Amino acid sequence: MENKKNYKAASFWALFIVIFAAVPLVKTSDYQLMLANHILLWGMFAVAFNMLFGLTGMLSFGQALYYGLGAYAVGMTVRYMGEAWFLPAIGAGLVAAIILSILVGLLTIRLSGVFFTVLTLAFGQLVWQIVFTCYHITGGDDGIQGIIPPGVLSNRVVYYYFALALVLVSLWCLRRLVDSPMGLLLRCIRQNPERVRFVGGQVRRNQLRIYMISSFFAALAGALMAGVDNSIHPDMLYWTTSGEVILMAVLGGIGRFFGPFIGAAVIIVIGEVVGARTEFWPLIIGLVMMVMVLLLPRGLAGEFQLLRARLASATNGNRG
Amino acid sequence: MDLSFIFMQFLSGLTMATLLFLVASGLTLIFGVGNVFNFAHGSFFMVGAYLAYQAVSAWHTHFWPAILVAALGAGILGMLAESLFLRRIYGRAEEGGFQILLTYSFILVIDDLVKLIWGTEYKSLQRPAGLTGSIEVGSLTIPAYNLAIIGIGLVVVVLAWLILSRTRSGRIARAAAVDREMLGSMGVNVPLTMTLVFGIATAMGGFAGGLAAPLRSVTPGAGIEVIIDSLIVVVIGGMGNFWGAWLGALILGEVNAFGVATVPEWASLFNYLVMVLTLIFKPEGLFAPRRIRKV
Repeated sequence: MENKKNYKAASFWALFIVIFAAVPLVKTSDYQLMLANHILLWGMFAVAFNMLFGLTGMLSFGQALYYGLGAYAVGMTVRYMGEAWFLPAIGAGLVAAIILSILVGLLTIRLSGVFFTVLTLAFGQLVWQIVFTCYHITGGDDGIQGIIPPGVLSNRVVYYYFALALVLVSLWCLRRLVDSPMGLLLRCIRQNPERVRFVGGQVRRNQLRIYMISSFFAALAGALMAGVDNSIHPDMLYWTTSGEVILMAVLGGIGRFFGPFIGAAVIIVIGEVVGARTEFWPLIIGLVMMVMVLLLPRGLAGEFQLLRARLASATNGNRG
Repeated sequence: MDLSFIFMQFLSGLTMATLLFLVASGLTLIFGVGNVFNFAHGSFFMVGAYLAYQAVSAWHTHFWPAILVAALGAGILGMLAESLFLRRIYGRAEEGGFQILLTYSFILVIDDLVKLIWGTEYKSLQRPAGLTGSIEVGSLTIPAYNLAIIGIGLVVVVLAWLILSRTRSGRIARAAAVDREMLGSMGVNVPLTMTLVFGIATAMGGFAGGLAAPLRSVTPGAGIEVIIDSLIVVVIGGMGNFWGAWLGALILGEVNAFGVATVPEWASLFNYLVMVLTLIFKPEGLFAPRRIRKV
């Protein structure tokens, strides 16, 4: 059984890698490459967000803060110090995300449930407001354009593989984390924090850790996104970005590791079909969210698995 | 900075505090009684403002009937939202998260519907006849409309408190907060109670939105600003704490008014500053009774 499970997981990863590695070979336009890159980075962002919500049960409405922080670290460094600093800027963004997530986490994790959600939202809006107000430094509403990665990375295909490699390493780390003793403890915290305390587990400390980890990968996604779009804008910090990543996770399924990734792919494809910047985009994602919460709370991945299990038991029942 | 200037700022802070309190108390009412966190509460505020505008500009009613339309409309919309959607997820595992997600979808849907109906331009509403001027007291000029809002707010606060603490309906609401199952077995229609409480709370939001419409222009997307501000109020005052919410609103309103007067471009950050300071020094809210800290 264990072997079969490992075999299935390995073949899934292999399929995942083959599909995304093949994109530059079969693409017919740069636009498709960008789309694949968006799916990768949003997918990583959504999986990292789900470490908080799906795994630990902490609904953060402020992960755009770290996503935008990563993006602005890269954007502002390139703007003021030149493109040679692109890679160090990614590192700086990650360090900044860790420091900020410790500070914000220490304040927000003191409260639980809806208060945690709304406080993370408020902190996200606080940083957005600062970026918006300091327009002479950050570019304000216009954001920053012309962020070109240096050297070979300025080639779109090379940059794509660079991002793919980092996303794969990140997803693999997160997968290991879910299966680790800490992952088990986090699942216990989701179900019953009181009992975790009774058996001697550290609830707050582990919540803070996973908050830092999730924020770290959100910042990585944002930093890499700056190189894909060659531009950043304050919307990356705005609360709707947090809302979108939550929708991706819920749509794909918060109970499965790759669920949020699937959700991200679906949302991005829908966004491209109907035009993400149309007036009715919020209405569409609002209705999708409503349907998922009311009718399909397990998400696409979870409901699909349930359906398969039911079919299997139905056919077994017929045989017996 | 002379005395009359300070007094004027104090008064405009008090006006804002009254409106904030009306919204925040609706939020705490739903949370306290129904254990539902209505993330879309600010959207009902916005709907109220638009309905008041609609009544005055298209149906040519006077100002005060328009406010009534705003409150009624928001209340009915709230009852529909509760009975058609929210009710379906009561009792589900990890209900809290799903409540936020569902009410978050309300924000998006209501925002876009408002844009569809009224467009994206700023709307403005005239102050009611008779309250457009100001009252002169010595060297001070007091805008009459601000004074009216503060007065109405006080009346609503006292009325709400009396209803909650002195009447049978208030007792039922408070009992629902403690044990819904028990309340049901005593013969009270609990689902109906929940819908009504939701309706009253959203009507208070819509009422505040209508009252605020002449002071701030009516725009789509106002819902999220209002919900963050009222949440900060609730964090300062302590959730479910009626008088705490009032003092929280007062603090936030005054900080904002004096912030706008001194450093206008940074004023909106002051709200967050108050929130951060509260969280650092007294995370359970300034006016909540000190409880034993959990380890």
